Amino acid sequence: MRSPNLVRHAWTIASKDLLVELRSRTAILSVAVFVVLVLVVFHFGRDPTAVSNIDLAPSILWVTFTFAAILALNRAFQIELENQALDGLLLAPIDRSSIYLGKLIANLVFVAAIELLGVPLLALFFNVPVLPVLGPLALVILLATIGFVSVGTLFSAMTVRTRFAELLLPVLLLPFMILPLSWAARATGSLFAGRPLSEVDGWLNMLAVYDLVFVVLAILLFPATVNE
Amino acid sequence: MRMLRVGRWITAIGLVLLAGVYVRALVYTPLEASQGLAQKIFYLHVPAAIWAETAMFLVGLAYLFTKDPRLDRFAASSAEVGTVFCAIVLTTGPIWGKPIWGTWWSWDARLTFTLFLFLIYVGYLLLRGAVADPGARARFAAVLGICGMCEVPFIHLSVYMFPTLHPMPIVLQPGRPKLPASMLETWLLSLGVFTLLYVGFVVQRYAVSYLREQLEAMSEA
Repeated sequence: MRSPNLVRHAWTIASKDLLVELRSRTAILSVAVFVVLVLVVFHFGRDPTAVSNIDLAPSILWVTFTFAAILALNRAFQIELENQALDGLLLAPIDRSSIYLGKLIANLVFVAAIELLGVPLLALFFNVPVLPVLGPLALVILLATIGFVSVGTLFSAMTVRTRFAELLLPVLLLPFMILPLSWAARATGSLFAGRPLSEVDGWLNMLAVYDLVFVVLAILLFPATVNE
Repeated sequence: MRMLRVGRWITAIGLVLLAGVYVRALVYTPLEASQGLAQKIFYLHVPAAIWAETAMFLVGLAYLFTKDPRLDRFAASSAEVGTVFCAIVLTTGPIWGKPIWGTWWSWDARLTFTLFLFLIYVGYLLLRGAVADPGARARFAAVLGICGMCEVPFIHLSVYMFPTLHPMPIVLQPGRPKLPASMLETWLLSLGVFTLLYVGFVVQRYAVSYLREQLEAMSEA
């Protein structure tokens, strides 16, 4: 009885967040412009004759996603601060974990939308052969994104009620992001270099285990971050 | 306060014994064949690293289940001591790395992840500083501590997946330790001393935070 409700409530919260975002479109547009700007900055921050595009592409991709995701994550609980919306959510007769799951789903959709923009732009700006490895690349991106968004959503629930929330979230989150990011960057590098898929297996397994551990952990820990 | 005095004594004994460990390491323990004197730092580096990581495990202790303020005080103390031990590892590592690897810093997997452990600790202390309400502070800190605890095994797994210059574990490894007996004895002695230092520091820090809370309660009353 409990678990169908959990998912249903989570979906309600996620669709509420996404609807708010769809109506206003401020956050998604800002982050989209931010992604374009970071990619442009990367172009001007290197010497194209010294470093080839293909060598730098995994770093560009993952650094861009890291910063864009942090911007997006800050937003998730920030919108609940206005008019004490969070208190309203907490008063609702639903499992606290479903609030977390809902926020996680909304964040994942949000970050995925940014990544959907980022990958073609990377291919366009830096002439990276993305199409031949699109399937495995999408899997790497999906797994890594679930990993750091799950931790990030949990942390943003805490940092939003501290001083310097925008600064504290990256400080807390980056040490946790580095592991999935480093695996994802390695995997992306192998893919872009046209290495066989078997080389990527190990990284994918690590990412999947990391996701599983941290999603479960965050679902269990989230109620502790909001209990009054 | 009695606890503070006990902590001071434990720390003092630990520090004297640490000097003893170094006398033993420098005078009575044989020189390592390929690394020479630089290897002596191992007796400081590895026990500090072990306690830096273990402190993280202790930080994640079951505060969330018991809501016992003593556990939170202990977690905060342990994290501060862990931060210091991490700093010891990160300082002694490059000192050893310069003569052996030829570089202070190599972005070697272990070095990098000890740095991240250090950053997690610093983040933990920053989070504690940024939350005013003691109840929320304790809960947030526990959540971050438990996440940190779960991160450590991944860090260890990663060590084996990245190409590394770092020496592989020679004491805590499958099978028996590969260290000669005399070195192993010195090392175990050092581990014992570091355990004593860890306990001494934590007890002192715990007593200080208890006194501070008492003082705050009194000034509010």
